[in-house]
Amino acid sequence: MYRYDQLDRTMVAERVAQYRDQVRRFLAGELGEDEFRPLRLQNGLYIQRHAPMLRIAIPYGLLSARQLRMLASIARRYDRGYGHFTTRQNIQYNWPRLEDTPDILADLASVEMHAIQTSGNCVRNITSDEFAGVAPDEILDPRPFAEILRQWSTFHPEFAFLPRKFKIAINGAAEDRAAVAFHDIGLHLVRAPDGAIGFRVIAGGGMGRTPMLGPAIREFLPWRHMNTYVEAILRVYNRHGRRDNLFKARIKILVKALGAQEFARQVEQEWAHTKDGQDTISDHELARVAAYFEPPAYENLPAVDAGIEAQLRQSAAFARWVGRAVRPHRVAGYRAVVLSLKKTGVPPGDATAQQMELVAGWSERFGFGEIRVSHEQNLILPDVRLADLRALWEEARAAGLATPNLGLLTDIISCPGGDFCSLANAKSIPVALGIQHRFDDLDYLHDIGELNINISGCMNSCGHHHAGHIGILGVDKDGEEWYQVSLGGADGSDAGRGRSAIGKVIGPSFKAGDMPDVVSRLIDIYVGLRREDERFIDTVARLGIAPFKAGVYGSPLRAGREGATVDA
Amino acid sequence: MPEIILRGAVVHDDWQVLRPSGGQQAVVPAGRVIVPLPVWQADHEALSLRGGVGVGVWLAGTDEPGALAPWLGALKLVAVDFPKFTDGRGYSIAHLLRSRHAYRGELRAIGDVLPDQLFYMSRVGFDAFAVRADKDIRQALRSLQPFSDSYQGSWSNPVPAYRRHERGWPRGAGA
Repeated sequence: MYRYDQLDRTMVAERVAQYRDQVRRFLAGELGEDEFRPLRLQNGLYIQRHAPMLRIAIPYGLLSARQLRMLASIARRYDRGYGHFTTRQNIQYNWPRLEDTPDILADLASVEMHAIQTSGNCVRNITSDEFAGVAPDEILDPRPFAEILRQWSTFHPEFAFLPRKFKIAINGAAEDRAAVAFHDIGLHLVRAPDGAIGFRVIAGGGMGRTPMLGPAIREFLPWRHMNTYVEAILRVYNRHGRRDNLFKARIKILVKALGAQEFARQVEQEWAHTKDGQDTISDHELARVAAYFEPPAYENLPAVDAGIEAQLRQSAAFARWVGRAVRPHRVAGYRAVVLSLKKTGVPPGDATAQQMELVAGWSERFGFGEIRVSHEQNLILPDVRLADLRALWEEARAAGLATPNLGLLTDIISCPGGDFCSLANAKSIPVALGIQHRFDDLDYLHDIGELNINISGCMNSCGHHHAGHIGILGVDKDGEEWYQVSLGGADGSDAGRGRSAIGKVIGPSFKAGDMPDVVSRLIDIYVGLRREDERFIDTVARLGIAPFKAGVYGSPLRAGREGATVDA
Repeated sequence: MPEIILRGAVVHDDWQVLRPSGGQQAVVPAGRVIVPLPVWQADHEALSLRGGVGVGVWLAGTDEPGALAPWLGALKLVAVDFPKFTDGRGYSIAHLLRSRHAYRGELRAIGDVLPDQLFYMSRVGFDAFAVRADKDIRQALRSLQPFSDSYQGSWSNPVPAYRRHERGWPRGAGA
């Protein structure tokens, strides 16, 4: 993985010093709250319901064992012993003290991590495929490009005060595992017929109040132009994006207003001035960064392990876990293993310090000391020997990290919601837990099959509800929490057969207490209507939302719904 | 007399910024004045007669910097207004004035100009800062350079780091 050189270390250290001084001036009253806010946000610090929230970047989802141990140590020392992994490959702490945040950033710097630009109206953490480098369907490793873009966008002086936040994702595989169509810029690595490497460039996607799938504005951009082209997009957006209305300030609104073609024309016109300029990526620089992502020293292993084959026959529970958690690897005898952070009863994406330390240890014993974080809020060990699967399973199970629910209904993606977040209209975690409890029967869960449920506590869509096969959005109505349900969203991954789609709202919203019943009804309808091998998302695609709507609203729910007079 | 930061030093400054209020006919006062772009466009011939030292032009976030192109060789002072420090359009305008339109005179940030933004402003081409009056301008000057290097190219240093010096390679690799 990438390691900091002297320049990276200097930049992060100077940032810590700068931020320490800003906090000092804020506490001394020299900086007003309005002046401090954008500064702290660009260092990942929100002021939350109970305490500040600190969001730390995990660039393109890649962590070393040493870094994960530091995250555990920060959770113990400055927080309440846990952290929350987010849908954008960040980790959040919910209980740090403002006064401690400079020290936390200094601790992070000691393991080559930071919280730079994890919030604020700037270019955020670059996200990517959590299976980069090990996935058999990879076209090209996206991580060197993500790292080059991370450096280019870090402290970019021109784009620190954009109209709104700006999210970039890079995917390098046949399957889109980075939800690129939902990003302000989505970059798809592609290989041209002549072998040249470049990007299909998507711009103007996003979630939020006005969800949009980004259109492609360029079918092929040779890789060396990545930075200058992104710069051109950002310059057009920075100058012409709306600043009069917070809800219309994202780039998607500008792209929509201009039309993709006109937006692309303006970008190309701007780019014509900077193309081949100094920020063009040189062969030398790509080679340097790519050298950090060379494959580790894999052993020469047999493709099949007789011991594991026998274990699979003997233990149904082990086989079930392998069926869900173990993913193919490009090297024979190795597998990527997903550790579920979606155990029933635990807020989705949360991990305790002890779990983080265990995972760090496993990554060294069962791999090369590397861990990945997925936008589905799970952790991945990318290089596990086939023969070690059983041993890993035993330990992961004991640690509560082997729930065999990956890709299934209870693998719920959720933001922290109203329990923590001051932006939220409604709680997310209790709704997730209620649904998980309802579907606690593993046989039934496996029978239902592939299904993504995404929950966001407000329109900011941190739980990516628009992309959920079942999407749940918390809304506030006269001080009460209600939940709007949408169907048919898809993030571009194979879970939704490669579709990128925005879910359709099925009707009036529900009370929290009704949500398990609502999901039960949706599932009952699906089970009744599905054809052989048809996934939930396929049935929705084939029949539309009408039968689901009819089934859910056909008879009263226990706690009542919007407009009904039944009290909860 | 008010003070500004000019090319790394705190200096006295007697330029006035003309900010016409809506609908009113702008009356350009005597002395050194920075006029808004529409006033300049309407009256640049007469204004030019006051002598190049006496008149500057300021751009708003919505202004097209290219509109000043015919005069950029002669103007000694161009300012860019920041109505709020969180309005980042001025950074792109400065970049365009310097890089695309080759403006070489004083480029001044006016409006909601705060110490913590001076570094980024200086990187995109500002060399003068009318720091908001309630802020300590000397302290602002001390925090002008919080970073000793930068990754990407920009006006103050157009060459990205990796083209300026050899960056690190993983152990065992290298060119």
